[in-house]
Amino acid sequence: MCLGIPGRIVEITDRANCLAKVDVSGVQRTISVRLLERDFPAVDEWVLVHVGFAMARIDEKEALLTLDAVQKMGESYQDEIDALDSSSIV
Amino acid sequence: MRFVDEFRDPAAARALLGAIGRLAEPRSEGEHFKFMEVCGGHTHTIYRHGIEHLLPGNVELVHGPGCPVCVIPMGRVDDAIWLAEQPEVILTCFGDMMRVPGSNGSLLDARARGGDVRFVYSPLDALKIAVDNPDRQVVFYAIGFETTAPSTAVTLVRARELGVRNFSVFCNHVTIVPPIKAILDSPDLRLSGFLGPGHVSTVVGTTPYRFVPEVYRKPLVVAGFEPLDILASVAMLLTQIREGRCEVENQYSRVVDEHGNPAALELLGRVFTLRPHFEWRGLGFISQSALAIREEFAEFDAERRVDLPGVRVADPKACQCGEVLKGVLKPWECKVFGTACTPETPIGTCMVSPEGACAAYYNFGRMHRDAAQLVGQG
Repeated sequence: MCLGIPGRIVEITDRANCLAKVDVSGVQRTISVRLLERDFPAVDEWVLVHVGFAMARIDEKEALLTLDAVQKMGESYQDEIDALDSSSIV
Repeated sequence: MRFVDEFRDPAAARALLGAIGRLAEPRSEGEHFKFMEVCGGHTHTIYRHGIEHLLPGNVELVHGPGCPVCVIPMGRVDDAIWLAEQPEVILTCFGDMMRVPGSNGSLLDARARGGDVRFVYSPLDALKIAVDNPDRQVVFYAIGFETTAPSTAVTLVRARELGVRNFSVFCNHVTIVPPIKAILDSPDLRLSGFLGPGHVSTVVGTTPYRFVPEVYRKPLVVAGFEPLDILASVAMLLTQIREGRCEVENQYSRVVDEHGNPAALELLGRVFTLRPHFEWRGLGFISQSALAIREEFAEFDAERRVDLPGVRVADPKACQCGEVLKGVLKPWECKVFGTACTPETPIGTCMVSPEGACAAYYNFGRMHRDAAQLVGQG
């Protein structure tokens, strides 16, 4: 439930509504970055993604190591990626 | 040392285990350390990597109430099922909630009976379903601690901006501090300290836990979710105890800021207010432990829009989830664990969520324990 997966910002799709496209292990989806509005992440920066929201900024080295560790979770990781893949927000 | 090989840095894991071993060496007859990991994500990591078997015998980890699916009482599941059975309603929820048993089956069963129940990844997905289905009422069954509640808050703000009229939230968000306090007040457990939740703390920061050392004289270390994070946090707790310190420390500082996320906290305050009391599975009613939607957002509050049954339902007699959630019982000590209650046919919530102590133990811990016992007998 409280799983956070690192994602790389690939595009700011709607600055006014704080929407950005992230890439998580090759799956690209639009998420909300409104919780980081005061310290808006830029393209190519990494964020921790939870239920379609960027929760915190993380540095790239940390992001890659965390992603590697999360991938070792197997089924829980795959479920999270599948759920992200199904996501379509307004 | 088989499991150590799976760690990010096996050499660091061995070094930490060495340090833990030295720190935990008994200085008095039968000295025993019992640390509670509050968060279900930690429970999952601990069982998945067999961490409890790597620790010295006198360092015990007990599992706490931080699994949002696990703490929802049966009556609130029944209310969600009742909503799903209304013909105009599309009920949306996170996948984890689908299989949680109510007093007459789960949301999956309600769907099989014809209810329109859909699982979503994000509350914003639920809002999209409302926009796409203007002739239906879309309800989002919101659960989760402070990690997840800001997402619901943003979704309600967005629903208002878009003027969506057919969207509401059945709010079951809970807060982390009251159950920690309830556990500290309970006479059942004698804890030596806490592994504090990681992602909840990205939102609330580390200051809300200060009462744990200041009032209850127990150390608390906010911990990350990787095996090394858990080991490092256990070492930090033991170090505090050996040095006679008792503080809140932050092992997960690469993600968690002391002050949390001010934007998220402000949104929480804008959209939610504290309920006077809320029922937790296993812990009973805890005052000011859950969030309700503020009057200003009343049009999006499912509890205000419809008259829910709101019947309080006692947990099944055989189920001991309450004791497991308080850390009083280990999963395998429950009467129905692994026999009547399995992930396929759960009786209690702790067997449903992958973060529930019973499901995590059923999936990963059992083999380790059996193997350890065999080795012990050999």
